[in-house]
Amino acid sequence: MDNSALPAGSDGIPGKIRTLLPARVHLDLPLLIALLLLCGYGLLVLFSAVDQDLDKLYRQLTRLGIAFAVMIVVAQVPPLKLRHWSLPLFGIGLVLLVGVLVIGEMGKGAQRWLNLGVVRFQPSEVLKIAVPMMLAWYLAERPLPPSGSRILGTVVLTTVPVLLIARQPDLGTALLVASTGMIVLFLAGLKWRLIAVLGIGAAALVPLLWYFMRPYQQRRILSFLNPEGDPFGTGYHIIQSKIAIGSGGVHGKGWLKGTQSHLEFLPERSTDFVFAILGEEFGLIGILVMLVIYLFIIVRGLYIATQAQDTYGRLLSGGLTLIFFVYLFVNAGMVTGLLPVVGIPLPLVSYGGTSLVTIMAGFGILMSIHTHRKLLPS
Amino acid sequence: MVEPILKDPSAESRLFAERAVMAGVLVLVTMLVVIARLVQLQIGSHAHLSTLSRYNHVRLEPLPPTRGLIYDANGILLADNYSSRSLELTPEEIRDLDATIAELGELIDIGEADLKRFARIRKLRRRFEAVPIRTNLTEEEVARFAVTGHRFPGVVVRAQPLRIYPLGEYTAHVLSYVGRINKQELERIDASNYAGTNHIGKGGVEKAHEALLHGTAGYRQVEVNAQGRALRVLKRKPPEAGQHLQLYLDSRLQQDAHAALGDRRGAVVAIDPGTGGVLALVSRPSFDPNLFVDGISSVDYKTLRDSPHKPLFNRAIRGQYPPGSTIKPFIGLGGLETDGGVTDAKWCPGYYRLPGHRHKYRCWNRWGHGTVTLEKAIVQSCDVYFYKLAQVMGIDRLHGFLAGFGFGTRTGIDLAGELGGLLPSRAWKLSARNQPWFIGETLLVGIGQGPFLATPLQLAVATAALAARRLIRPRVVRATGAPGSAVEREFPAQVRQLPVASRNLDRMIKSMVQVVRNRRGTAKGIRTKAYSIAGKTGTVQVFSIKQKERYRESEVAEHMRDHALFVAFAPVEDPRIAVAVIVENGGHGGAVAAPVARRVMDSYLLRMPPLAAVGEIADGQ
Repeated sequence: MDNSALPAGSDGIPGKIRTLLPARVHLDLPLLIALLLLCGYGLLVLFSAVDQDLDKLYRQLTRLGIAFAVMIVVAQVPPLKLRHWSLPLFGIGLVLLVGVLVIGEMGKGAQRWLNLGVVRFQPSEVLKIAVPMMLAWYLAERPLPPSGSRILGTVVLTTVPVLLIARQPDLGTALLVASTGMIVLFLAGLKWRLIAVLGIGAAALVPLLWYFMRPYQQRRILSFLNPEGDPFGTGYHIIQSKIAIGSGGVHGKGWLKGTQSHLEFLPERSTDFVFAILGEEFGLIGILVMLVIYLFIIVRGLYIATQAQDTYGRLLSGGLTLIFFVYLFVNAGMVTGLLPVVGIPLPLVSYGGTSLVTIMAGFGILMSIHTHRKLLPS
Repeated sequence: MVEPILKDPSAESRLFAERAVMAGVLVLVTMLVVIARLVQLQIGSHAHLSTLSRYNHVRLEPLPPTRGLIYDANGILLADNYSSRSLELTPEEIRDLDATIAELGELIDIGEADLKRFARIRKLRRRFEAVPIRTNLTEEEVARFAVTGHRFPGVVVRAQPLRIYPLGEYTAHVLSYVGRINKQELERIDASNYAGTNHIGKGGVEKAHEALLHGTAGYRQVEVNAQGRALRVLKRKPPEAGQHLQLYLDSRLQQDAHAALGDRRGAVVAIDPGTGGVLALVSRPSFDPNLFVDGISSVDYKTLRDSPHKPLFNRAIRGQYPPGSTIKPFIGLGGLETDGGVTDAKWCPGYYRLPGHRHKYRCWNRWGHGTVTLEKAIVQSCDVYFYKLAQVMGIDRLHGFLAGFGFGTRTGIDLAGELGGLLPSRAWKLSARNQPWFIGETLLVGIGQGPFLATPLQLAVATAALAARRLIRPRVVRATGAPGSAVEREFPAQVRQLPVASRNLDRMIKSMVQVVRNRRGTAKGIRTKAYSIAGKTGTVQVFSIKQKERYRESEVAEHMRDHALFVAFAPVEDPRIAVAVIVENGGHGGAVAAPVARRVMDSYLLRMPPLAAVGEIADGQ
């Protein structure tokens, strides 16, 4: 541990006592408690979603343990180091993405996995952290708001990984990474006029995106626009998930008592559609409770961002927080039929481990930024 | 870090704070949109959607495909389906399970074993999946339930196809069997394709060709009412039935080979050298695969599992034995392919000593064979000759040459669970035992002993390679489709060249013919005028005896006896069958294994044309 990075005597603890204390653990308590609450609540829902399969629950618990451990470790790394790692991590991420396209292992029909002997992981997950780090570093180099060339640079830095991920094809992650670019630019103070221009440009890209999509992805969009026209295929998912949520009503059918989900009407109910189980069994109240926890996490994240001491820290923590929100919004929107079906899990609740670690690493970064501040006398 | 001079930290901070607040507002607004949507669904449309959920389920019902049938080479059915009606319970839909079962017991005979199986299956199943409590209901029982069945919500009589293997234990080690899908398999399979399927191939052909046999599930989209009764079918996608398979296997030969082994432990593998098709594959003792289909009782299973004769163990593809002297033709061929007169005549005094060592490597004939040529060494199976030959060839060359006949690697047969034997090498010794190679081990490899292991299948494949003059990957399934109908898909032969000159092969086959024909040949007992045989005997010492087995004296004596081996192909001029036989603890290869092989070859080569074929000819004319 780098002791020079510790906030010397910043806690208001007299120096004498401070030396007796172990080196300070960098954690943000409000954020930690909210995350624990969310994950605990999520496990409760998941227990129902995996049909009370204890093996699966333990597996998820292990993943959560690993993810929290990663968060705690990351939180101890001073932001200055993170800043130095931004460029190399981005470079490594790109190399891995190219690697996955060349030698990637086929998994579920898409080349997303890279097998490194010991571990199998999705390089696109690395980019979810590396892109905001890279963009924050790149934009913080020059004064804000960014100049025209910086904006162009940001767009290029975002587009390259997005196209590589879209090629896998992993549309959901590609869109998430793309939104990262926009979020960071927005936070960097991009002029409204330019936001409008970029928005129109992105809209113009939609036909191009359509061309990039695999048939199954195109079907998803079509069935979103008209779910009743395809009640057997992907439209079926949306209809069933709407029925599940709607039939839950205000109070829900009760824990483990959702018929819609347990009668196998609802596909992917432990992963992408876990939100529907929440709606069916816990009702509107249950959902609102969860949304409040989410909201608290996001507000806390934005608060941390405003308190950060340099532009890099602000852009990065703000960016990571808002991406977390995009996650939530896209999933909730998909399950409630507001958005087309893109395979994005409900953050920190859905069954599965890869995105869990990425998200928690992101919160580790937030905690690091917040707790490594050097407080100046006001 | 050098900050750019133009930066204005406080202005940037203000700008960011502004944007962060805006982002927060945006987050709130979108959250409200989501909440509005939820309110719309959960309050606005709640009545409508819960009606949909409660009374008007649109339910996807899987339509499981019919499993493909399996036929032998002559169109005889080896695996069939029959419809069994079973009484099934969905525990989630039953309020008092014990009371319901007790009431059902008054209508239908439910035994102790049925209840045990019910409890076992119930633990493994998916939620809301029905569990059979009684299978194979009689007509009368079905009728009795039909009258009063309405009193039992959550209880149904369902017809489900069950597998039956008409030849039972004869084909158990080839086809294996299907059984209920277990937890591990549940993780592996495509859940939607197996939604209505309860059974899956557990081994043999049933597992290796699972994808073909199973077919593709269809679906029926039905509207169901609160009682789960179908109101109308909205949409239907019919299932695609699994493919029928035609094997190379000749069920008559299979039964004859089974009988030829008798009650002894052992294996017979017979291959058509022309195609690589497996004509017979027998491992004894065997078991009745039909016991497993419907869920074997734990008593039956324990009996099979704990039997010292291991009936569930497929010796033909998983039994790994030292090949013994049956390896000698291959090593002799290796010698012929090696320059420098390594196959010159050698002197056999009954033993061999490595220069500078005291250890005697014995010949089976302790008085020695005198001057031995390669031919004599094969015919009389002289060990000393092959000690010397192996020594001059060296382990690296031996390993390379024997690998060319497929030893040491799985043959790639289309059966699940095959093992690859062990062809020793320097690299293997170093990695497995962390020791350098000793020359004494080379001598043991020369007579097919030591750590050298091969499966009966590998021996049959290597022998078929001698007959066909090329190495063919063995196959059990010839084609898909029912016999008589158009073949939908044939499985092409995969062939590799042998590292042997034709002239040398001729010479070796001639010696193998003398093994049977010569009056001093080790298999002279099976000589016949009906057709010509090229063969080689093997007698393998059983080295290791487990400590605890010492107490049962009769067993020990039997377990210590040698394994008897024999490999052969016939007719020599136009090979139609290659055979490998192993009889565990049988004694001498020539006296015990060779007659088994002879009966197998007789059955195949001297048989009257099968009745079905005669009928066809008569019809055609």
